[in-house]
Amino acid sequence: MISWFQSAFALLPWALQKTFWIVVVLVILILCVAFTTLLERKVIGFMQARIGPNRVGWRGLLQPFADTLKLLFKEIIIPQNSNRFLFIIAPVLSTIPAFATWAVISFNPDFVLADINAGLLYALALTSFSVYGVILAGWATNSKYAFLGAMRSAAQMVAYEIAMGFALVGVLMAGGSLNLGQIIAAQQGSVLHWFLLPLFPLFMVYFISGLAETNRAPFDVAEGESEIVAGFHVEYSGIGFALFFLAEYANILLICVLVATMFVGGWLSPFEGIWKIGDTWLAQPSFFWLAVKTSFFLFCFLWFRATFPRYRYDQIMRLGWKVFIPITIVWLTVLGVLIAFEVPPWFD
Amino acid sequence: MIESGIFYVFASILIAAAIGVIGFRNPVYAALCLVLAFVTSAVLWVLLEAEFLGIVLVLVYVGAVMVLFLFVVMMLDINTEQMREGFTRYAPLGLLIALTVAGEIGYVVWTRRAGLPEKMPLPTEDYSNTEALGAVLYTDHVYAFELAAIILLVAIVAAIALTMRKRPGIKAQNIAKQVATRAEDRIRMVSMKAEDPS
Repeated sequence: MISWFQSAFALLPWALQKTFWIVVVLVILILCVAFTTLLERKVIGFMQARIGPNRVGWRGLLQPFADTLKLLFKEIIIPQNSNRFLFIIAPVLSTIPAFATWAVISFNPDFVLADINAGLLYALALTSFSVYGVILAGWATNSKYAFLGAMRSAAQMVAYEIAMGFALVGVLMAGGSLNLGQIIAAQQGSVLHWFLLPLFPLFMVYFISGLAETNRAPFDVAEGESEIVAGFHVEYSGIGFALFFLAEYANILLICVLVATMFVGGWLSPFEGIWKIGDTWLAQPSFFWLAVKTSFFLFCFLWFRATFPRYRYDQIMRLGWKVFIPITIVWLTVLGVLIAFEVPPWFD
Repeated sequence: MIESGIFYVFASILIAAAIGVIGFRNPVYAALCLVLAFVTSAVLWVLLEAEFLGIVLVLVYVGAVMVLFLFVVMMLDINTEQMREGFTRYAPLGLLIALTVAGEIGYVVWTRRAGLPEKMPLPTEDYSNTEALGAVLYTDHVYAFELAAIILLVAIVAAIALTMRKRPGIKAQNIAKQVATRAEDRIRMVSMKAEDPS
C-alpha cells in the first residue's frame, strides 16, 4: 500500500511534489507555532508558581485551538482615520517573510525545500523584510502609540540586523559556504567540532540579536505594555492580530532553528564517534537532533522572558551599536587568524 | 517558456511600481512603490541566476535603506504643493537628462550588440556566483573595491559629524556612569533584630 503511494507520488509532476512538501512543512510549522504559544504560557506559568492554561482539553492541550477559533470569529475593527489598505496589508506583510524563510532550512541530511547556494543570505534578507509589516502597521493605524511602537521596533531591528549580519559573516567564514546544509556538514566530527566553541562570541551576539530582532523580552519595547499599550498592533483585532502573533512566533522558531543550524550542528548528533553509543541511531544525524536543539533555544526564549526586566530604550541602542558590532568585528579578525593558521580541530 | 512568462509578469510589475514612485502624491506610497520596484528587480536578477546580487539588493536596499527612507518620510510633514512648484521650471532639464540616458542605453543595446554573444553560456552545476564574485572583487578589482569602502567610511563619518551637535544646557544621561553603578552604591543592607509586633 505504502509503496503504491510512493510510486504514484513519484509519477506526479515536480511542481506538484514540491507543493505537497511545502504544504506539509507549513502545516507542521503552524501547529508548532500554535503549541509554542501554549508552551510559553505553561513555562512562564510554572516559573511564576502558577499552573497556566489547563481548562481546554487534557491539561490545556487544546488551548491554542480555542484561542485561534476565538480570534477568527472576532470582529475586525478598522479605525476610522486609518489608512485602510495599508492597515489590512501590514499583518500579511509580516507573516509572509516569517514563513518564506523556512524554504532554505535543512531539516535533515536529505530534506530541504530549496537547496540554494545563497541560503544564509536569503534567510538574512527575509528576516530583514519583516520590519515592513511592523512599520506599516504603526503608520497606517494613525495613532501615536502605534506609531511610537513602530518607530522603536524599526530602529531596533535595523540596529541589530547589522550585528546579526556580522555574526553570519563569521559563520560563513568558518563554514566556507552560504548553503545551510553545507554549513552543518562542515561541523561534522563531534561536539567539539561544532562552531559553538570557535564562534562563541558570535553565537552570543547572534542569539541576543535574535531576541531583539523578534521583539521579545527583554527587548520588547516595541510593545511595552506599560508605556505604549501594545505598540504597533494596538488597534488590531481578530485575524489581523492573529497574523501578527503567528509571524512573531514563526520568527522565534526560525531564529532558534538558525542558531541550532549555524552554531550547534543542526541535525548532527552530539554522540557522534562516542564509544558504544556511536553505533546506535542516536549517533545518526536526523531531524530528531535538530528538533531537540531548537526546543532548547526556544525554552531559553521563554526563560528569558520570565527572568529579565525590560531594557531601557537608549540602552538597547547602545548595546546594539556600541557593544555588539565592535565584538563581532574583533572576533571576525580573530577568526581570520584561526582560519589562516588552520587551527585544529575546526579549521584543519 | 515559463521563465519568459515570469519575466514579463515581474517586468510589468517593476514598470508599474517605478511609475508609482513618481506618480503617487502620498510620499509613503511612493516609498513603498520603490520597495516593490527593488523586490521585483531582485526577482529579475534571480531569474538571470545572479542570486547573490538579487538577494543582496533585497538585503541592502529593501532591508536597510528603504526602512530608513520610510522612517523619515513618515515623520516628516511634507508639503507636496511646495514640491510641485519647481516642476515646470526643472522639466526641460529633466527631460534632457532622461533623453540622454535613453539615448545612451539605446546606443549600447543597438550598436554595440554586434560583438556580444546572443546568449550568455549557462553556468555549470557547481558554479556559485557568490564565489565567482568574491574571486573577481578581491583580485582584479581590489583597489576599486577598497576605494569604495573608504568612500563609504568617509560618508559615515561625515554624516555623524554633521548631525552631532553639542548643545549647552541639555540633560543627558551619562551611560558609562550608569552602567558602572554597583548595587552597593545605591542600597545598604542592614541587619536588624526581629521586633515583637505586640
